[in-house]
Amino acid sequence: MTTIAPPAAGTAASGWRGLVADWSGDRLAFAVPWGKAMMWIFLISDTFIFGCFLTGYMTVRIATTAAWPNPSEVFALTIGGASVPLILIAIMTFILITSSGTMAMAVNCAYRRDRVRCAALMLATALLGASFVGMQAFEWSKLIAEGVRPWSNPMGAAQFGASFFMITGFHGLHVSVGVIYLLTIAARVLGGRYEARGDYTIVEIAGLYWHFVDLVWVFIFALFYLW
Amino acid sequence: MSEHDAHGEPRSFWTKYVWSQDHKVIAIQYSLTAIAVGLVALVLSNLMRLQLGFPGAFPFIDPARYYQFVTMHGMIMVIYLLTALFLGGFGNYLIPLMVGARDMVFPYLNMLSFWMYLLAVLVLMAGFFVPGGPTGAGWTLYPPQAILPGTPGTEWGIVLMLVSLLIFIVAATMGGLNYVTTVLQARTRGMTLLRLPLTVWGIFVASILALFAFPALFVSGVMMLFDKLLGTSFFMPAIVSMGQPLKHAGGSPVLFQHLFWFFGHPEVYIVALPAFGIISDLISTHARKNIFGYRMMVWAIVAIGGLSFVVWAHHMYVSGMNPYFGYFFATTTLVIAVPTAIKVYNWVLTLWRGDIHLRVPMLFAIGFISTFAIGGLTGLFLGNVSVDIPLSDTYFVVAHFHMVMGVSPVLAIFGGIYHWYPKLTGRLLDERLGKLHFWVTFLGTYAIYMPMHYLGFLGMPRRYYAYEGYEFIPASAQDLNAFITVAALVVGVTQLVFLFNLAWSLRHGRPAGPNPWGATTLEWQTPDTPPRHGNWGETLPEVHRWAYDYSVPGAARDFIPQNVPQSAAPAGDDAPPADRHAGEGHA
Repeated sequence: MTTIAPPAAGTAASGWRGLVADWSGDRLAFAVPWGKAMMWIFLISDTFIFGCFLTGYMTVRIATTAAWPNPSEVFALTIGGASVPLILIAIMTFILITSSGTMAMAVNCAYRRDRVRCAALMLATALLGASFVGMQAFEWSKLIAEGVRPWSNPMGAAQFGASFFMITGFHGLHVSVGVIYLLTIAARVLGGRYEARGDYTIVEIAGLYWHFVDLVWVFIFALFYLW
Repeated sequence: MSEHDAHGEPRSFWTKYVWSQDHKVIAIQYSLTAIAVGLVALVLSNLMRLQLGFPGAFPFIDPARYYQFVTMHGMIMVIYLLTALFLGGFGNYLIPLMVGARDMVFPYLNMLSFWMYLLAVLVLMAGFFVPGGPTGAGWTLYPPQAILPGTPGTEWGIVLMLVSLLIFIVAATMGGLNYVTTVLQARTRGMTLLRLPLTVWGIFVASILALFAFPALFVSGVMMLFDKLLGTSFFMPAIVSMGQPLKHAGGSPVLFQHLFWFFGHPEVYIVALPAFGIISDLISTHARKNIFGYRMMVWAIVAIGGLSFVVWAHHMYVSGMNPYFGYFFATTTLVIAVPTAIKVYNWVLTLWRGDIHLRVPMLFAIGFISTFAIGGLTGLFLGNVSVDIPLSDTYFVVAHFHMVMGVSPVLAIFGGIYHWYPKLTGRLLDERLGKLHFWVTFLGTYAIYMPMHYLGFLGMPRRYYAYEGYEFIPASAQDLNAFITVAALVVGVTQLVFLFNLAWSLRHGRPAGPNPWGATTLEWQTPDTPPRHGNWGETLPEVHRWAYDYSVPGAARDFIPQNVPQSAAPAGDDAPPADRHAGEGHA
């Protein structure tokens, strides 16, 4: 990681003028550290990956000749004798969005150099993320027990299982990687590595990734579970 | 050296040349790997031509092998040679030097990028040694045939191909993040975006395209792997094969085509834009004249990059689509000709009344204009739905894309290597061997592809193993095919001259000095040639002018390097207004 000098006074113009100043200036096109710029660019690229996955899923959903299973029924849990549609997904979504809140607080603490609280909040974020992955594993095993496979399923179109496992799997992989990432950074925060350098940008960068993973989930939720 | 913070100078052989994090070493690693794998693809193309020119004379080229050669030739050339060499090779070497940085912003990631690329190449090459051989599905890998029995290499080859592509995409992403971030965030003092040499602009925009286009290939690769290995049906409709219904049902083969070409068309510009940039700099330097319409050239690169994402379905006119879609994609395709034509005009106008030095890099640059213009013009034919449909599956298409995105980028690569080799090694490549290499390659290109246009008009279908017994193809077509094969073999063998030149000149070439071409850009102003670790010695260079102050009236020499202050030499009349005012202020 590299620390960079803050932009000189007067370059922080906003609007159209700011845009022109950014692009006609030397050295930095955006007044952010290298790592943060790279994370943003990576996330845009990753957006295209998820965009293609979701577009592909929607296309095969339209293309397939067999009936598409009703997500509210497939993803319902029986609680106290009553079938509650999408209850697990609702809880998972709530947890993931909550984790974005704790992550934002962790970034705040990082910039206030509150090491212990920052690490604790990152740990909380990682735990929420891990519980999300755990619930996803529960959901997978429930569907597998019901006979849903990538190549077939008893409820209708085979593409249902294929898209479900592929998209939630790829997203779950992102969450899992994020949990490891957050834990690593949290340990370093606690160990004082960034305190010594006086630069906590990495926490914000990890936060960017985490919020992105959340945002993607919102789209998966809307397009796969609610449609 | 406060700016020098990325990593310390390596000491041992292993950290210096093998596990290197220095962008210059990584660039050479990338380039040599790409050239090596490109030679494999060159041999494959000559083997294909042997079958087409002299059918049956070489019994070991059976139909299955022929299709495997076609597939591997195409994929290697497009992805593992052109993309890797332009971005991983030229991009790695030139970006930090041209923008005045000490290295890429993430050297470790850069190193990983190369090793992932090498892994991708090895996985791809493993296809030649597994049972059933590499895939023969055609470089576009269209399902359902790509993964069904009957196509060569459906046992292992297709799996290795897809896995290799996925690894390559990871490598390209790691590299691309570095290139884009370095250009945006690590330029030296005074190096504004509109003072960047066009080479950097081309590679920069191409890297952005790669970051946004490869995801579509990644996703289609994952889906096809699932179709093959797990038995899913993303791309597989209900199929009756040999009287037996397959387990697949309900998938969409056209979805693959959309995903593939959403990657595939920007890919054309991923290899074309760096070539545009390199050609611009070669022409300006060797014509001793500023590039004509610099800003327009930059905007043309950006516009082409943007448009390249909305033209993909012009590869799918014969797949069947709503006529209004065809209308839309034909329109966007023809619109792309506007910025492209601007570039060609500007190259020609740069040459106009220039002090042209016909050195080898310049020969390749002028050759590029010629092949690119021809290939671009046939693109206008194919961009129109009604013209494309009869021509689509003929050799006309083969000729078109080989002219425009096969040979043209390769000519740019050759020109670039002849141009920058002195910076890499301190010695010039041999001029006479270079001219031999150029003339045979350039004239050979026309000998090979001009007749193919004609064969296409005759209706000779592409992708066929043999052409006996088709009444609509006249017998004389076979003579033309034999001629093409001989020309292709001559061109293929001539590349050995180039390789010999590369190796021989390393020791015996004429010493070049730091700036043999009298070029203005920063990479020629390094304190050492070849540049040492960290590139710039104690202090970073400071940029005071655009990259094209050639033949400025009143200047002592016919070029003014970018790091010469305005007070020391005035900017040329064609320099951007901002630079001119600064010059007048000092004068």
